[in-house]
Amino acid sequence: MKDRPHIKDFDWILLAIVGAISLLGLFEIYSSTHASGMAGMQWKQVMWIGIGLIGMFLISLIDYHTLMDQAPALYLFGIATLLIVLAVGHSRFGARRWVELGGGVNLQVSELMKLIIIIVMARYFAEVHTDRLTLGDLLKVGILTLIPVGLILKQPDLGTAMVLVPVALVGMFLAGINWKHAAAGLVLIALMVPIGWNMRRHLKPYQQQRIQTFLHPEEDQRGAGYQILQSEIAVGAGGFWGKGFGKGSQNQLGFVPVRYSDFILAAMAEEQGFIGVCLVLLLYLGLILRLVDNAQKAKDRAGMYVVMGVTAILAFHVLVNSSMVIGYMPVTGIPLPLMSYGGSATAFVFLALGLVMNVRMRRFVN
Amino acid sequence: MAPWNTNEQRIPQGRLTLVSYVFVTFVAVLLVGFWKLQVVQSTHFADLAERNQIRYIPIIAPRGAMLDREGRVLVDSYPSFSVLLLRDDPKLVQRSLPQVEDGLGISAADLRQELDAARNEPKFQPIVIKPAASDADIAFVESHRTDLPVLELMMVQRRHYPYAGMLANTIGYVGDVSPQEMEQSDGRYRPGDLVGKAGLEKEYNAQLEGTDGMRRVVVNSLGKPVRTLDNLDAIAGKPIQLTIDYDLQAIAEADLVDKAGAVVAMDARTGEILAMVSRPTFDPNDFAVRIPPAEWQSLNTDPETPLLNRAIQAQLAPGSVFKVVLAAAMLETKAIPANFTVFCPGHADFYGRTFHCDHAHGLVDLHRGLVASCDVYFYNVGKLLGIDRIDQYAFGLGLGRRTGIDLPSEEPGLIPSEDWVERIYHHKWYPGSTISVSIGQGAVMVTPIQLARMIAGVANGGTLIPPHLMKNATDLKFESFPLSDDTVQQLTDAMWGVVNEPDGTTLEQVKLQNVDFAGKTGTAQIESFDLQNKLGKKLKENGWFVGFAPRRNPEIVVAALVQSGGWGSTSAAPVVRDIVKAYYDKKNGQLHPPATAENLAQPTVVPAVAETAGAVRP
Repeated sequence: MKDRPHIKDFDWILLAIVGAISLLGLFEIYSSTHASGMAGMQWKQVMWIGIGLIGMFLISLIDYHTLMDQAPALYLFGIATLLIVLAVGHSRFGARRWVELGGGVNLQVSELMKLIIIIVMARYFAEVHTDRLTLGDLLKVGILTLIPVGLILKQPDLGTAMVLVPVALVGMFLAGINWKHAAAGLVLIALMVPIGWNMRRHLKPYQQQRIQTFLHPEEDQRGAGYQILQSEIAVGAGGFWGKGFGKGSQNQLGFVPVRYSDFILAAMAEEQGFIGVCLVLLLYLGLILRLVDNAQKAKDRAGMYVVMGVTAILAFHVLVNSSMVIGYMPVTGIPLPLMSYGGSATAFVFLALGLVMNVRMRRFVN
Repeated sequence: MAPWNTNEQRIPQGRLTLVSYVFVTFVAVLLVGFWKLQVVQSTHFADLAERNQIRYIPIIAPRGAMLDREGRVLVDSYPSFSVLLLRDDPKLVQRSLPQVEDGLGISAADLRQELDAARNEPKFQPIVIKPAASDADIAFVESHRTDLPVLELMMVQRRHYPYAGMLANTIGYVGDVSPQEMEQSDGRYRPGDLVGKAGLEKEYNAQLEGTDGMRRVVVNSLGKPVRTLDNLDAIAGKPIQLTIDYDLQAIAEADLVDKAGAVVAMDARTGEILAMVSRPTFDPNDFAVRIPPAEWQSLNTDPETPLLNRAIQAQLAPGSVFKVVLAAAMLETKAIPANFTVFCPGHADFYGRTFHCDHAHGLVDLHRGLVASCDVYFYNVGKLLGIDRIDQYAFGLGLGRRTGIDLPSEEPGLIPSEDWVERIYHHKWYPGSTISVSIGQGAVMVTPIQLARMIAGVANGGTLIPPHLMKNATDLKFESFPLSDDTVQQLTDAMWGVVNEPDGTTLEQVKLQNVDFAGKTGTAQIESFDLQNKLGKKLKENGWFVGFAPRRNPEIVVAALVQSGGWGSTSAAPVVRDIVKAYYDKKNGQLHPPATAENLAQPTVVPAVAETAGAVRP
């Protein structure tokens, strides 16, 4: 037993996996943009990764117990920020998600909310002290989750709003959900689908469009369905071995939508083939399994919940994004962690990993 | 609730392991999904990716030029640009419209109407919003490539025709290929291809049109070509050389400006058409760009029928020119003695009806009957010959049937006969009808080109020449309807008298010095009250003159028709005289100034749409 956490207790295997994924991402960002007006984008991403690494180190220094002590304050701060964004945040790509931090840096505040919800959920489940959640517990979790979800939906950002949900679901499962409650929940969701379908007129037009497009992509070849179709073409055309670095026509000629960000896996699939996709997905599998391993070795349940909150979000991102690329899911704007270009999203992943390191470093500390 | 940080519960290892199994399962499902696309359906998607990026851009072959007999350019093609509007992104299109309207000077209403008309077409097919882009338009598109990506230029080949409708009805025009033509072409034509629709453009379409080439280009997702893969060059259409003489054509055109009618000038030995005019006419340049529907409508419904090529399509009574046919029949059949005479008191009664003559000619023989064009003489000749003999000679000399000129839609005209009356009107031939037919009235209908061919045939001893416009035409059919030398001599002498003798029907100024100029006038009454009502004016007689020179074995024959021109002697004869004079002046090197590309038409100048739009005369 030691009395001080030390940086040599960082999970270096985890970091190696993270490094490999980031590197693949950088190569594909370069390949996708080097021949266009966006050339040099990979260096910006390198900068974000650097900032993320510093953030990861800093967040690992503050004992996660200290952070969890502040959970109610953090939660209120997060909600307040979301409200402010709705009131004064400025629009980009048709949604109010951004606050200006000065110096031209814009932060997508919903990324911050992801970190906060991890801590808040961990705190809540640690506080329950049971392996049998009551209906009341579930309701409280539901309310705590749905408030920020609703606010983010209002931005509107369906993708990020959905990302908060698995944190609560995984938490419930680990804290011990009554299987009857789970079954009832599933039935409730099943009932909600037709109701939601009938309520679809109340969705934003772009959301209706996306659902419509997801259900019938071939009817809208030049509109939103075009994106899914072009992504599938890119993936399929890649074949087993891929067309080679910088040689994917779908990618290089811009047929793949936002090929350096949300659809980077499609670009990867076209140029590196099924082999490349296998490598990427296996690296993500390694990442998730390594995270679960960290949760299993956590010193206490609080630490475990923190690590599994991070795991839930990252796994959700990977699964939803990969499914979207091959047309198994509608386009929701959920990036592929560490590979997709994007400042806020990359920063979030590293800060979240900082929480994991934080827990790991303190597993032997009293 | 107990404090959260005093939770001593053990870590639920089993549940955590279960969570990782769930993730493994999902990843396995995803890998199966990728496998399906990348391995199972890989060929299909590779094909789609290929089609995504490769566009086939046609390279339009320039149409062959049309040259006059001396190689002067009559019709030409020039490269031109059309401005296309790419409609892939409807929102972008809507946003760009105000700027496009402004920059290209297109009215908002027009543009929206065009977009509306194309809304059922596939979105990736661009529409032409400016068929003939000016230099300013091209500069506008080029300078706004980044902020107006909806605009694109397409190179096309356009027809350029001589100004003022010169030779227009003969040349014809081009237009978009019709669905029927596409069906018959075995996939040779694509929608939007230009083909000859009328006149020489239609007749010689196969020679004139080349073979379009094809360029394979790689395009990016915005449809912009990024590089060319390969080129299949276009094969230009072949030029055709016409028998038309630009100089004579120009003079004939000038004589008929502001009139309705036609002129056909032919080489009387070969049938080569030297000039062919039809008025009123249209400007084929209007068709070379894109004719507005309203204008097409007005051209088509105009009672003055500007689209009609009167030289081969106007079927009208020939009037006294027809007397030459009766004279030939009289001399050849010997049904009437050659010295047959009639006393003309200015009128005559047949079958209980009075038929009139212009003058009281007194005692008239065949020569004077033709020179002074005495109707009473030919009433009697016709009555004695009978309709069958008249028909035989009219038909034999090429009237009432097509000449076979190398132009589409030639009309046959009509020579009435007993059979025809029975077939159409279901009654016997009225003998009184023969009297009207004898002076080229009644149901007799001929075209100007038939009359020119008939007179040339009479003057050369019965060889019917094949009228044609293609300079080096082969496979020409000369018909023979032999006339005796004596007949030819008597008739040509009489027609020489028409021009040169004191009591000839033409005026003094029609005579030509040093040219053995002969001919026959005709003044035909208009029987169609219908047309008069349509035009809303009283029509005068149609004036005819068919002249030739020299008197025996003529080199040139010219038929002129001036509709509602009154006497053929005053309206049509001067036109023929001008052309015959020009023919000899040119032959003697005295034509000043000769018509050239510079002083008549400027085929190198690109006409603006606005300039040519108003060129159609009412």
